[in-house]
Amino acid sequence: MSGPRLSLTDMARRVARDIPSGAYVNLGIGMPTLVGDVVSPEKEIVYHSENGILGMGPAPAPGEGDPELINAGKQPVTLVPGGSYFHHTDSFMMMRGGHIDVTVLGAFQISATGDLANWATDEVGHPPAVGGAMDLAVGAKRVLVLMTHTTKDGRPKILPACTFPLTAAGVVDRIYTELAVIDVTADGLVVREVVAGLERAELQERTGARLAFADDVAELEPGAV
Amino acid sequence: MIDKRVGSLVEAVADIRDGATVLVGGFGNSGIPVELVHAVLDQGARDLTLVTNNAGSGDSDVAALLREHRVRKIICSYPRTSGSIWFEERYRAGEIELELVPQGTLSERMRAAGAGLGGFFTPAGADSLLAEGKEVRIINGRRHVFEEPLHGDVALIKARKADRWGNLVYSTAARNFGPTMATAATLTVVQVREFVELGDLDPECIVTPGIFVDRVVEVGV
Repeated sequence: MSGPRLSLTDMARRVARDIPSGAYVNLGIGMPTLVGDVVSPEKEIVYHSENGILGMGPAPAPGEGDPELINAGKQPVTLVPGGSYFHHTDSFMMMRGGHIDVTVLGAFQISATGDLANWATDEVGHPPAVGGAMDLAVGAKRVLVLMTHTTKDGRPKILPACTFPLTAAGVVDRIYTELAVIDVTADGLVVREVVAGLERAELQERTGARLAFADDVAELEPGAV
Repeated sequence: MIDKRVGSLVEAVADIRDGATVLVGGFGNSGIPVELVHAVLDQGARDLTLVTNNAGSGDSDVAALLREHRVRKIICSYPRTSGSIWFEERYRAGEIELELVPQGTLSERMRAAGAGLGGFFTPAGADSLLAEGKEVRIINGRRHVFEEPLHGDVALIKARKADRWGNLVYSTAARNFGPTMATAATLTVVQVREFVELGDLDPECIVTPGIFVDRVVEVGV
């Protein structure tokens, strides 16, 4: 797709800005893990991993680390001082029970009312898999979605209603794409920020659901987020 | 004298029956009781229902049970991982049944079994296809789906150390489903890296009290 857009790093940086110091945060698999790399080191963030880790640290140096100390994406990680291990039931108690302040998730589709579809498509023949997506989506205090604005072939992913199977209904708080930052509100989708140089009509054209624009829409400058 | 230690893997899995529901600890390749699962492979039990987060990858442990046609049904949250070839092959052939459960629900269903509860209502999955055919109730304004307890005939788990009473401590994130599965099965079998003397484990730090454990076997890893 041509035209102005944010890089992945810009998108991750933009999400990171919204994560307050002191937050307990769960980053979903894939694109959301980039957020951890760009959070300001001045913030003290405690990362949670569904497989029983609080205070998850970065990947170990090559050749070091514990092969059983992995994150939800099954990649090797470390534990920071103050971190802890616990079993799965406690871990999901944290997720489902509203103890995680912020989660950043990827999505296939999001509806105008914040319905999230991020576990299954309409593709047939593939066995389904769900993991911890549903527990996290219903339980985290704030659900942020980081995703591309459209599919690879240009179809909108923000829709009046999801066509893919739902993960959870009405859970998404804010959407971050390469084009815009959009809030899900009781009055529908409200654009807060748009990438510099993109016309509002063009943003609406690439969005399946109707957008409203905040009074003070800010511009996102590629390379300077 | 209470002594839950057994001398061999053969003894540890001796009486697992055909048709048993077997809880297998592990998340990805972390915390899988590989030696115990291979012992079940050698022991020969078939027609098994496996309860495990992933459906194995490569050619080892859970994947080997699938390869050898030992599994009738798998209850898990994320069967599709890189290298889950045997699961995919058996699933496509219609040879195994899949019950897909959100990960927190999988764990909580086993907790309910271990805690003697008749189930619970959870918001996880209540708006999804996974709630189809289940009771849904509005609690505090939100949809919740009823989930039943999930009990195992056998649990196979991996820990780091055990004493002869079966008290356990684990190793980093390999703990995952172990403590919950230990409570949820009629027979809980644990492989450990090492045995320690009774009294050597700090009582403040024992993760699974021996009451939940039936057999422990030392495997050195």
